[in-house]
Amino acid sequence: MSDDVIQFGPAPAPVLDIRGLQVATQSSPAKPILKGIDFAIAPGETLCLVGESGSGKSVTSLAVMGLLPKGSLKATGGRIELEGDSLLDVSPTRLRDLRASRMAMIFQEPMTALNPLMRVGEQIEEVLVMHQRGLSAKQRCDRVLEMLDQVQLPDIERVYASWPHQLSGGQRQRIMIAMALILEPKLLIADEPTTALDVTTQKQILKLIKQLQERHGTSVLFITHDMGVVADIADRVCVMRHGEVVETQPIDALLRRPTTDYTRQLLTAVPSLRPRASREVTDREIVLEAIELEKRYGQASRWARLAGKASAQTLAASDINFALTRGRTLGIVGESGSGKSTVARCVMRMIEPTGGGVRVMGKDIASLGRAALKPHRKRIQMVFQDPFRSLNPRLTIGTSLIEGPVNYGTSHEEALARAAELLELVGLPKDALGRYPHQFSGGQRQRIAIARALAMEPDVLVADEAVSALDVSVQAQVLGLLDDIQRRLGVAVLFITHDLSVAAQICDEVMVMQKGVVVEYGPASRVLGAPEHPYTRSLMLAAPGRHWDFSEFRPLDRVFEETPTSNSTTTVYP
Amino acid sequence: MSLTSPHASPGVTATIPSRRRLRWWPRQRPGWAVIVAAVCLALIVIVAILAPWLAPHDPLEMSPANRLKPPGEAYWLGSDAYGRDLLSRVLYGARVSLIVGIGSALISVVIGLPLGILAGFFRGLDTLIMRVMDGLMAIPSVLLAIAIVSLISANLWTVMAAITIPEIPRVVRLVRSVVLSAREEPYVEAAVSLGSNLFTVMWRHLMPNTLAPLIVMSTYICASAILTEAILSFLGAGIGTETPTWGNIMAEGRTYFLIKPSLIFWPGIMLSICILSINLLGDAARDRLDPRLQKRGATQ
Repeated sequence: MSDDVIQFGPAPAPVLDIRGLQVATQSSPAKPILKGIDFAIAPGETLCLVGESGSGKSVTSLAVMGLLPKGSLKATGGRIELEGDSLLDVSPTRLRDLRASRMAMIFQEPMTALNPLMRVGEQIEEVLVMHQRGLSAKQRCDRVLEMLDQVQLPDIERVYASWPHQLSGGQRQRIMIAMALILEPKLLIADEPTTALDVTTQKQILKLIKQLQERHGTSVLFITHDMGVVADIADRVCVMRHGEVVETQPIDALLRRPTTDYTRQLLTAVPSLRPRASREVTDREIVLEAIELEKRYGQASRWARLAGKASAQTLAASDINFALTRGRTLGIVGESGSGKSTVARCVMRMIEPTGGGVRVMGKDIASLGRAALKPHRKRIQMVFQDPFRSLNPRLTIGTSLIEGPVNYGTSHEEALARAAELLELVGLPKDALGRYPHQFSGGQRQRIAIARALAMEPDVLVADEAVSALDVSVQAQVLGLLDDIQRRLGVAVLFITHDLSVAAQICDEVMVMQKGVVVEYGPASRVLGAPEHPYTRSLMLAAPGRHWDFSEFRPLDRVFEETPTSNSTTTVYP
Repeated sequence: MSLTSPHASPGVTATIPSRRRLRWWPRQRPGWAVIVAAVCLALIVIVAILAPWLAPHDPLEMSPANRLKPPGEAYWLGSDAYGRDLLSRVLYGARVSLIVGIGSALISVVIGLPLGILAGFFRGLDTLIMRVMDGLMAIPSVLLAIAIVSLISANLWTVMAAITIPEIPRVVRLVRSVVLSAREEPYVEAAVSLGSNLFTVMWRHLMPNTLAPLIVMSTYICASAILTEAILSFLGAGIGTETPTWGNIMAEGRTYFLIKPSLIFWPGIMLSICILSINLLGDAARDRLDPRLQKRGATQ
């Protein structure tokens, strides 16, 4: 889609040229982080740096900016040239001048990248104060307002005077982009700039970067782990693994004909938006049911009501109805703030629903007290998002795994034997029982968390963004594991995710939520294949890389497109 | 890990590094200041325990003929106004100081830890406990001690109580803040959904988070208790003169300061070394147990 941007004429001098760059830790013995990487970025080009966690892609960007953490990482060899300036050799003063004026960076987390104690307009203006002397205050202000307009913020005068906390994540990321581009740098480094954003916001930000890039002729070094984003924006792609460049290719060639096994594996692991083949309903027993479930926050207390204060309430979820049968997977999909996690937590009784019912195996648990709830707790278990925080770091894996069964009266020895079996079921060795969580990788910890949930022999497994924190290859493994376990044990899964393509891989039914209400609920093939509600459609249209079937190395032949004439069609691509 | 086998793969075994348990003791040797502090404190503890055997004289034995003797063979550090051996008194004084220091730290932790966990865990109790603690915190320990001593006689226990009571709120506040953040961790929610009772959740999943900061805190409580005890003894509001403490040795020596400064110097120097050592060790423990540093080490 970006073939028109780059012309292969006589090769122009690259904006950024990295040759044999090596970075190592400053501990003894020094551990190499980057083992001699090479790539170059042409003017106006977008180069995507792709890799899983630990591949060294962020270290590369920090090395270019001269922001390697002092005392722990150091460039030990190679060259980084920015339009002829050797960045590893220039003085700190010169490097500071180059930053912002010739190269700029936007970060992943827009929530913390802005100074909360300064108005955003002043923060952008600060760049001009530092780097462009001789501008009058009026000129600076005009320049900032013009930039705010370019990043398509509404009501720019108000935004200029607002504090960071008054802006949404997408708006803050626009401010970051404005700040990065105000001096018209030749190189923009974007380190996972949209990872923390919702898909619809992500799409707008990606589009904005593209537009500004064309307007200013900026080269972009875009770091991401998301192959979908890569497919949408890259001109060329550089795949990294363990501190080495595995493969550098133009985007189309990379997606169609990857030359290395690693890239092929990486692409194969990317979930596509095509819903899985629908499975036959084998068991009609309803294991989990929500009936008009509702959760309000900020219910006015008796005192407030007596004092006559108006109650400021938020409906986090209202009128949620669904039924989950044995052995099936129901996905709840939505953006942040849609109430999907609220539903999961109500179902788990982590929080008290304010209305409606939750039936587990036909028994309403929504209003049970702590003691009455206990026998039903084991029927429904949860797998959490962050595998680094969901296991108690001070307990061995064995202790964590047997905690639940022992609570329900299983003997210690019996529970341990069962825990060992479960570890094998989730693909970990038995001797992991005596180890501590920090000795495992994220994917392994998520397997342990799944084993812990399964130790209770639940009827329902609630997976709250259970694969969102994992690398794509690990994500594919964990999804495969969940599927495998479901087939073997017949457990029903309530799968909460923001990622439509993950939902497409694992869900039989999909429920789409927006602002606390269900907008669409039905079989995955219908909801994700031919969505009816405009919100679902906008989510589908915003999903990155939706034109590609990565695992088949070709564009999808049928892609959902918005057509002006009809409302619910699938059109043929291209 | 292999990308191609998405399910239970035997290849996973190889990727688990074989490391020891969580490391609590420093990898590198601690700095010399810490080592010196540890040695000094160890010596003081040994002296306190072995005082009956080490002391050349009975610390209470008066000898009017040998008043205010200079250091010599019989009295290594000289004698005080009643002819008692200064060295023996200083050695015995270490006992009271250490008992008060360690005792106050222990008691305030034993009382403060459960209160803090309860306050952090139950919203209803939180308000009640914390308001009581705010009230206790307003009482200066020296004033409280004087009040208690004027009501009942001064002995080791009343002094310890007077020192401990104002320290408890500090422990409660610390524990409460740790519990407040730890209870939001997913592993605590996981424990709840595994049907663990509240005691297990609090004791096994929340309490261990408080230990590292508590260890650091208790060293500071210990040091300040020793100092407060000395102040109380010096003011005459502490343990009676029949038990030698560093504080009352100095109080009695004050009168003869001009002719015999060693009466103040020796207990004073012991007190300083003791408190300095404890504080240095506390700092070392803080650097070692700092939750942020520890977390970084654990997730690597």
